[in-house]
Amino acid sequence: MANLTINGKTFTLDVEPDTPLLWAIRENAGLTGTKYGCGIAQCGACTVHLDGVAMRSCGISVSEAEGKKITTIEGLASRDSLHKVQEAWIAQDVPQCGYCQSGMIMAVAALLNEKPKPTDADIDEAITNICRCGTFQQVREAIHMIASA
Amino acid sequence: MNKHVSPRMNRRAFVIGSATLGAGLAIGLDIPFGGPAVVRAADGSPEIGAWVVVRPDDTVVIRVARSEMGQGSLTGLAQLVAEELECDWTKVTTEYPTPGQSVARKRVWGDFSTGGSRGIRSSQDYVRKGGATARVMLIQAAADAWKVPASECTVSSSVITHTPSGRTTTYGKVAEAAAKLAPPPDVKLKDPKDWKLIGKGVKRLDTVDKTTGAMIYGADVKLPGMLNAAIKDCPVFGGKLKSFDEARIAGMKGVKKVVKVGDTAVAVVADTWWHAKTALDALPIAWDEGDNAKVSSASIAKWLAEGLEDSQPAYVGNKNGDAKAAIASAAKKVEAVYSYPYQNHATMEPMNATALYTADKCEVWCGTQNGEAAFAAVLEASGLPAEKCDVHKVMPGGGFGRRGQTDYVRQAVMIAKQMPGTPIKLLWSREEDMAQGRYHPISQCKMTGALDANNNLVALHYRLSGQSILFSLRPEALQSGMDPIAFQGVAQSGEAAFGYSVPNLLIEHAMRNPHVPPGFWRGVNVNQNAIYMECFMDELAHAAGQDPLEFRRKLMGNHPKHLAVLNAVAEKIGWDTPAPQGVYRGIAQVMGYGSYVAGAAEISVTDGSKIKVHRIVASTDPGYVVNPAQVERQIAGSFVYGLSALFYGGCTVKDGRIEQTNFDTYNSMRISEMPKVESVMVPSGGFWGGVGEPTIGVAAPAVLNAYFAATGKRIRSVPLRDQNITFA
Repeated sequence: MANLTINGKTFTLDVEPDTPLLWAIRENAGLTGTKYGCGIAQCGACTVHLDGVAMRSCGISVSEAEGKKITTIEGLASRDSLHKVQEAWIAQDVPQCGYCQSGMIMAVAALLNEKPKPTDADIDEAITNICRCGTFQQVREAIHMIASA
Repeated sequence: MNKHVSPRMNRRAFVIGSATLGAGLAIGLDIPFGGPAVVRAADGSPEIGAWVVVRPDDTVVIRVARSEMGQGSLTGLAQLVAEELECDWTKVTTEYPTPGQSVARKRVWGDFSTGGSRGIRSSQDYVRKGGATARVMLIQAAADAWKVPASECTVSSSVITHTPSGRTTTYGKVAEAAAKLAPPPDVKLKDPKDWKLIGKGVKRLDTVDKTTGAMIYGADVKLPGMLNAAIKDCPVFGGKLKSFDEARIAGMKGVKKVVKVGDTAVAVVADTWWHAKTALDALPIAWDEGDNAKVSSASIAKWLAEGLEDSQPAYVGNKNGDAKAAIASAAKKVEAVYSYPYQNHATMEPMNATALYTADKCEVWCGTQNGEAAFAAVLEASGLPAEKCDVHKVMPGGGFGRRGQTDYVRQAVMIAKQMPGTPIKLLWSREEDMAQGRYHPISQCKMTGALDANNNLVALHYRLSGQSILFSLRPEALQSGMDPIAFQGVAQSGEAAFGYSVPNLLIEHAMRNPHVPPGFWRGVNVNQNAIYMECFMDELAHAAGQDPLEFRRKLMGNHPKHLAVLNAVAEKIGWDTPAPQGVYRGIAQVMGYGSYVAGAAEISVTDGSKIKVHRIVASTDPGYVVNPAQVERQIAGSFVYGLSALFYGGCTVKDGRIEQTNFDTYNSMRISEMPKVESVMVPSGGFWGGVGEPTIGVAAPAVLNAYFAATGKRIRSVPLRDQNITFA
């Protein structure tokens, strides 16, 4: 059993402590917006926020995540409006297949929390998610759009 | 906020399913006296022809048979229908018919397959007619109500106006009456010059849910009582499952069942996928690997190299004059051997399918590029007839050709069949996805060119040796044994025609089929043929002491469309002006999927091994551009896919199996490595070419030619990581 705080809610989940956080989120908490891509913290599709920091949830165990504030893509928007990154993604028509975009958006949201006006170099350093469709151009444009707003 | 809703998994989206229609009396099927039957969507709204449903609130539901997988066809196809329908675009939504429903209605929605960049170009005619037919019926219904001739009525944005009287009504108000009319036998499509919506870069219809986590992909499907399965298929292709020691994982948490899947695979079914995967990893499995376990990349390379020799049999794909004689007597001879490796599609979402099998029904939920092929796989694996099966398409996390295959669908049904009544979600691990690909085929190419005393290209012998996709996947499409698509980009004519005039030409293919299963991988054979041809063209230009662009232009007089896109990129990149200090350029062109494309790259190279790509320009002439914003994204995306394969890709074989296991050994480009792609669209009209794939062909050769310009060194094999060359 583990107690996880996800998107402001407490979940008591029947999982082993070494279960990757990704699978506890997807299968036990039932929040499937966070995606499985590689399972080895390479692709970033499973990116969530742990106490505001972007982390690859496939590489973190449930026991490491206990007691931390976990935010998934489902918890990014406020009750009334989408998060500015989501809005920018819609405005710039960023996603293609969209499978990597939950993780991409979470990574970008964390970057913007830290650096509200990132340079291209900041983006290059912080955003290392894989997108096989190749949406990088729109991702970059959308980040700059938010930064210049 | 955009009003469009995503095409969701909805089992009730179409009440007129195979079973109900076959039964003759169906919910939602009106049979008025003397008129045609009205077919209704799940919410009761009437169909106006098979492609369009109009709701009372003027919402227009457009049916899309092809699969959206990120390439934007869902939106493009809806634009085509809406253009002719003259409906309010802000009230358009889309819906997937199921293959089972289509089969039950005599394939009213046509071909579902979404590969070969065909989504738009192969269905544009009949979907536009679907829109036009509905428009004519809706206008007629309004005219009938007003008792005026339809010719006095016009329509704009779903509002019908009787011009002489100024009366107006809307599609939603006349839909019921329109649905009762007989469709006109023949409709006239708009002249392209009158298009208002086609050619406009409208936003995609499926974006919002992709930004909130709400979009349901195959891996996200949830059904009541569902269990999860993880699978391991024999890692040596052609091998079999010998045995597994189930007792060793007995009692592991969540495990419900261990099942054999055909002769080659074993799956663990558990409450969660994580439990299934954990138990599968702990399961001792013995394989009967067979002779293929002796095969390695080196043994394949040796066999292919033998095929380059003229003494070996080969199929001729393109020929004129006498290339061998002209080469023998030429003033100057240039020769080079190139190679291209296996590639995995590595879709972001690994293969998966969810199946529910009962004694009298089998349903599958999955992402697929070919709903009808998936449907056929369900029939075959379940043993049930068509009216008892169906496939519900959900959003795939990438396709790139991989999801045109149905192996994972078949597996899901085979597992579900062993647990009747329980929905089973089969999800491959990334490792399984890497091990069980349908790989871009391997090949080598020996090219010999002959220049006369004035440095004109007088002969070219292009000899491929390598694997045929059709031999493995569609042997019925071979032509007297020859695989015509092996010649994509260098073919004599057709949708992938060679763009140069060479007086003595011989293009041939020594077919050699290793045991590794090949598949259609974005761009298919355009990938290696464009590298081979366009890099060698650069070598010839260099041997002739000529500018690579000028050298090509001289051979392209009879190929004006090929030349036009090449000129377009040359102009945009500024070929005639010097590149910035330390920056070097490369250029390439090819034709594929009915479109003419060209690309140019500007790169710098540090220490001969660190490449920075500064600029990419790409041009395409696909005949017509339905949605320039999406075409731009497909062009840019194709470069990411193509350059990822060039720099990081390549699957190697050891002991009969693929060595790469995940993104750590099969990497993909990141944002820091990818420059902006400047696209130049030059649609010349009169034909319909594809968009998703063609430009991938010029990505690698443009960069490789720039690398030569920068270093004087030719790279003749892929990937660059094998030569310790990477991004700066």
